[in-house]
Amino acid sequence: MRRATSNLCANLWHSSSFRPANYSSHAALTKDRYKVQRGKYASLTDKDVRVFEEIVGKTRILTDDADVEAYNVDWLRSVRGFSKCVLKPKTTEEVSAILKYCNERVLAVCPQGGNTGLAGGSNPVFDEVVISTSLMNNILEFDSLSGVLSCQAGCVLEQLETFLLEQGHMMPLDLGAKGSCQIGGNVSTNAGGLRLVRYGSLHGNVLGIEAVLANGEIVNCMSKMKKDNTGYHLKHLFIGSEGTLGFVTKVAIQCPVNPKSINVALLGLESYDKVLEILKTSRRDLGEILSSCEMMDLDALKVVEENLKLRIPIKECPFYILIETSGSNSNHDEEKLALFLENALDKKVVLDGTQASEPSRIKQIFELRERIAEALLMDGFLYTYDFSLKPVDFYSIVPALREHLKNLPNVLRVNGFGHFGDGNLHLNVTSKEYSKEILNTIEPFVYEWVSKVGGSVSAEHGIGFKKTGAVKFSKTPQAIKLMQQMKGVMDPNGILNPYKVLPL
Amino acid sequence: MARVLVGVKRVIDYAVKIRVKPDKSGVVTEGVKHSMNPFDEIAVEEAVKMKEKKLATEVVAVSCGPSQAQETLRTALAMGADRAIHVEVPAGDYETLQPIHISKILAKIAQDEKVDIVILGKQAIDDDSNQTAQMTAGVLDWPQATFASKVEKKDSELHVTREIDGGLENIKVKLPAVLSADLRLNEPRYATLPNIMKAKKKPLKKVTPKDLGVDISPRIQVISVEDPPVRQAGSIVPDVDTLVSKLKEKGHC
Ligand SMILES: Cc1cc2nc3c(=O)[nH]c(=O)nc-3n(C[C@H](O)[C@H](O)[C@H](O)COP(=O)(O)OP(=O)(O)OC[C@H]3O[C@@H](n4cnc5c(N)ncnc54)[C@H](O)[C@@H]3O)c2cc1C
Ligand SMILES: Cc1cc2nc3c(=O)[nH]c(=O)nc-3n(C[C@H](O)[C@H](O)[C@H](O)COP(=O)(O)OP(=O)(O)OC[C@H]3O[C@@H](n4cnc5c(N)ncnc54)[C@H](O)[C@@H]3O)c2cc1C
Repeated sequence: MRRATSNLCANLWHSSSFRPANYSSHAALTKDRYKVQRGKYASLTDKDVRVFEEIVGKTRILTDDADVEAYNVDWLRSVRGFSKCVLKPKTTEEVSAILKYCNERVLAVCPQGGNTGLAGGSNPVFDEVVISTSLMNNILEFDSLSGVLSCQAGCVLEQLETFLLEQGHMMPLDLGAKGSCQIGGNVSTNAGGLRLVRYGSLHGNVLGIEAVLANGEIVNCMSKMKKDNTGYHLKHLFIGSEGTLGFVTKVAIQCPVNPKSINVALLGLESYDKVLEILKTSRRDLGEILSSCEMMDLDALKVVEENLKLRIPIKECPFYILIETSGSNSNHDEEKLALFLENALDKKVVLDGTQASEPSRIKQIFELRERIAEALLMDGFLYTYDFSLKPVDFYSIVPALREHLKNLPNVLRVNGFGHFGDGNLHLNVTSKEYSKEILNTIEPFVYEWVSKVGGSVSAEHGIGFKKTGAVKFSKTPQAIKLMQQMKGVMDPNGILNPYKVLPL
Repeated sequence: MARVLVGVKRVIDYAVKIRVKPDKSGVVTEGVKHSMNPFDEIAVEEAVKMKEKKLATEVVAVSCGPSQAQETLRTALAMGADRAIHVEVPAGDYETLQPIHISKILAKIAQDEKVDIVILGKQAIDDDSNQTAQMTAGVLDWPQATFASKVEKKDSELHVTREIDGGLENIKVKLPAVLSADLRLNEPRYATLPNIMKAKKKPLKKVTPKDLGVDISPRIQVISVEDPPVRQAGSIVPDVDTLVSKLKEKGHC
């Protein structure tokens, strides 16, 4: 009897620490697939390895090909480096010693957190030394009055969330990769995610950062104050710079109180016009309790049904919206939501829908949205784009791209989903295997499209390795020049995550 | 055609971490999210399916407990039950309410409402008693088909596949009968918005155990509720040989 109960829970409880099991494309080496030239960096020698061993000890250095393999390939299996060495420091001082040595030797390094980045930023392009934060996972302090948490960069997002729940708080960000991604990686990519619509971006929520510069100097900007206008706001240089300006070692972040009442509704709609209407009415009628507003097209939701066997609980509709409300009073929230939903049904804005306030159900409904990326990857190869677009332009690129790709028989799917409340579309194309032809048909077509309507070619995933050529579609030459000058000042030898972010 | 009675219990949601009260008198329920017992959802689904297949005329949902039990009944109504009966048991009394009491209540309602089939979850995930269906059948002196993973109606009989240790058992029961739903019986539906709206207007009747003539005075006394022992921290061994010898030491191989 007991076994059946735990089976039930195992079935319904999805562990978010995952890696898709079946993928058909074994990633080619980045240097071959994308034709890049190695920079003038030193190559790793036995002596270097001995120096590293002295810094981190013999057990926290990996040099065996089989051990290093996982660090060389990204989550999407779209890039592959051939680093021979992974270092796992535990302290800021160890990171500092490693970088000081690498800078003197002009050995290139690649910072890595949970390796869930979607732009190929977390993996070496050639033989860069990987510095993994996985063992820098101590929670340092939590102040329950201010709600400020300080921790090391390698804390896994879900670990922090679990810790905070015990204290009645939660992280200001949440994303599908929470079981694996680390706060240092989140900060370095300025990750957005599902709660941004309510709690704002990491530029607002991160109060302090400690980082190590390329030359090994430690920059301590670990303010735990909400307001700190002393001089230039250096922490913002590390937020979203994807490991190219410094190595983040500690983070202080403000964490909201965990809401007592959470409700979720999944709605099915017949057209994009109705989707826009829901955007307006949800903001108007749910106001301050709206905490997520996600959109998926039918094709995107079908992927989790087909590849992960999740059940779509309502009838098939061209568009779906997932709405979450969070508040401090369940009666108040439920009344508001009920009124909003009744209106939407009466006015035929919504064709079908379901609603949940039970944590188990909420989890099941969110999985439909959160596991799309994982499900898409099971098709084989995923070309994924992450755009910021105005609500009016948000979806039109999906049918346009579908049309543009219609003569390529190897394209399996073209779909769109994303953080609709923030105007952030994830545009996806899949094929069984990587195809240069498909890639060259998608790019620069999609970038030109986004640039024309004044959107951003990278909303939250960053530039990494794969999108360096796209920066020019969203930034002027003057802006790019200033970025290059900043890089020159902070990392004159260019050892920090080379070939990333800035146009090559 | 049959009338079906389903029991639905409000339990702490299974995604919530259970906490024992500091005085060890029970677990903390206040401010904790609850939901319908998952096995009861399966029971409701089966009853609603019977109605959709025109094997049943009416589905009646019952829940015993304090006023919040009505939320669980509304969920059952939104899933497709036709009407609901809330057996009001004040929070204080509810703590010592046992399967013996529930089965007497259900048996009385089954008779009053002239039902032909009672479907209950095989157990509730909070107390894990696994007794209510069996005792209800006992009180009524009706046949029982417990741990059902498949139910088919043939004339005035039900053909039921039961999940038993090491396999499946096929049995026939004459109506009226009591069933208990096992995990694989079906996949319960989500209540859709239009149905949630409709459920608000469906009838919900309130009765007390006294109205039904059932004595709910406690038969047991809770002495202490405690957390399971904390799992001991693991340790890292340097090599396989040490691992094997440690396992041998503890008698694991
Ligand atoms: C009564 C009163 C109440 C106040 N309350 C608050 C408060 O609640 N919170 C708070 O934060 N501050 C407060 N302040 C101070 C606050 O900083 C200023 O009021 C305001 O933000 C400055 O705006 P300003 O246009 O007057 O700038 P100025 O005083 O003209 O300039 C401020 C600084 O910005 C520079 N600057 C101005 N414009 C530009 C520009 N376009 N480009 C580059 N540099 C520029 C100036 O060189 C100077 O260094 C208060 C001040 C007063 C007098
Ligand atoms: C299923 C899935 C869902 C996702 N959903 C979202 C989402 O909703 N919103 C969103 O914004 N992103 C999302 N992402 C991508 C997101 O950017 C990453 O998941 C996450 O923020 C990266 O964290 P990480 O620890 O895995 O970093 P990595 O992937 O290891 O690294 C990312 C970048 O940061 C650098 N870096 C890592 N740690 C440090 C450090 N300590 N110091 C300096 N540089 C460092 C790396 O060099 C690399 O350039 C998703 C990814 C997946 C796989």
